[in-house]
Amino acid sequence: MKFRQKAVIMDAESIRRALTRIAHEISEANKGVDGVALVGIRRRGGPLAYRLASRIESIEGVKPPVGVLDITLYRDDLTTLGPAPIVHRTEVDFDVADKTIVLVDDVIFTGRTVRAALDALMDLGRPRRIQLAVLIDRGHRELPIKPDFVGKNVPTSRQEIVSVLVEEIDKEDKVVIEEIIE
Amino acid sequence: MSIYRRKDLLGLRDIEREEIEAILSTAVPMKDIITRDVKKVPTLKGKSVITLFYENSTRTRTSFDLAGRYLSADTPNLAVSTSSVQKGESLKDTIKTIEMMGPDVLVMRHPLSGAPHYVARNTSMHVINAGDGINEHPTQALLDMYSILERKGRLEGLKVAIVGDILHSRVARSNIFGLSKFGCELRVVGPSTLMPSNIEKLGVKVYTDLKEGIRGVDVINVLRIQRERQQSGLFPSIDEYQELYMVRTEHLSLAADDAIVLHPGPMNRGIEISTELAESSRCVVNEQVANGVAVRMAILYLMLGGGKDEIAG
Repeated sequence: MKFRQKAVIMDAESIRRALTRIAHEISEANKGVDGVALVGIRRRGGPLAYRLASRIESIEGVKPPVGVLDITLYRDDLTTLGPAPIVHRTEVDFDVADKTIVLVDDVIFTGRTVRAALDALMDLGRPRRIQLAVLIDRGHRELPIKPDFVGKNVPTSRQEIVSVLVEEIDKEDKVVIEEIIE
Repeated sequence: MSIYRRKDLLGLRDIEREEIEAILSTAVPMKDIITRDVKKVPTLKGKSVITLFYENSTRTRTSFDLAGRYLSADTPNLAVSTSSVQKGESLKDTIKTIEMMGPDVLVMRHPLSGAPHYVARNTSMHVINAGDGINEHPTQALLDMYSILERKGRLEGLKVAIVGDILHSRVARSNIFGLSKFGCELRVVGPSTLMPSNIEKLGVKVYTDLKEGIRGVDVINVLRIQRERQQSGLFPSIDEYQELYMVRTEHLSLAADDAIVLHPGPMNRGIEISTELAESSRCVVNEQVANGVAVRMAILYLMLGGGKDEIAG
């Protein structure tokens, strides 16, 4: 498949501002970050969760625990794919029981990834509450799932692809809309 | 994208190094699952894995059974001793009957070398060889490799000695096929009567002296003496075997500093391995059992976790 870039919708600076705002919103919504932990959804939710934790530390003086969730084994579309996708480790080194867990992902689209993440998280323990933070909400939900914290709402068509690039993985910070040309 | 796309897992002889790596790396997150409180993921809900063992086994079958259950597959077991096999049903008819009940995977152990290969060619089910005669036992070798990798951090370039009845050991053969793909220096150690002719052609060095064979090695894989497979004349007496080939704690001083000892179980303590060594922290037999479940989960996931269309025969 070939892709054509249609537009850059966020650059490094706007991503930085959006994450700073979300960090403030997380601490405001939870009246501080006592009992709050961040869990990023692999892959790009992971680096975003770590960045949010650093922002929160600079606001609150306390760095919330951070974990990374691999949701592959919880996906609902495995039988519609080609070969079984690679499974990575879930790295949540703290007890999720009775915590407020902020799930972090780069893009929310159908909501199916978040559904899988909720199930994966529940199997690790019983959080007191789960909230959802995303950098981009591109619409087209197929499940009754709504993010609590959003960096940017981006109206898209179903055929378009929203790609979030992060420094830690992609060597640059940027959000682009692409379309499939063949 | 995963690199493992086979219908069956029959042996390590004809499998690529990349496929082995895919299984071993997938086993890492699988092991995480079996060490947490909720030992279940929904991945293989609606799939079924049937076990059909024509030889006695509790641990291998239980390991496959739990591996399937932890992934939410159903894991019925066809007990050969109480089935129509005892009424004279042929292997082909048994397989056809099982196939019509609709399981996705058949895990099979059989005393005849090549039986799972024959079955695999004649069924649409995925077939996993859980041991065929004196040919191969691929999942045992894969869990051995995983256990070595977990302790040593690598497989590449390690010196591995396999000690015991090499002639009758499918575990030895699968280990040789698997480890040789990773550039290990392989040695086989045992009485010459229990050494297959031309085994050197598999790229291993042959030793009949235990102390020479384990000198400087990183891994000693001690095989079980399979008394059920011994023909008269090949095996020395138990006393003689124990005297010449039982691996003891003091032998570790001949091996590399941090050498580890594997055993596929069940152990005959005091025959092929001393009780003291079996209990020591250098012996990873208990880890092997846990790793076996993780490795089998990885294999089931790689076989069943994706869609059907891209799997090559």
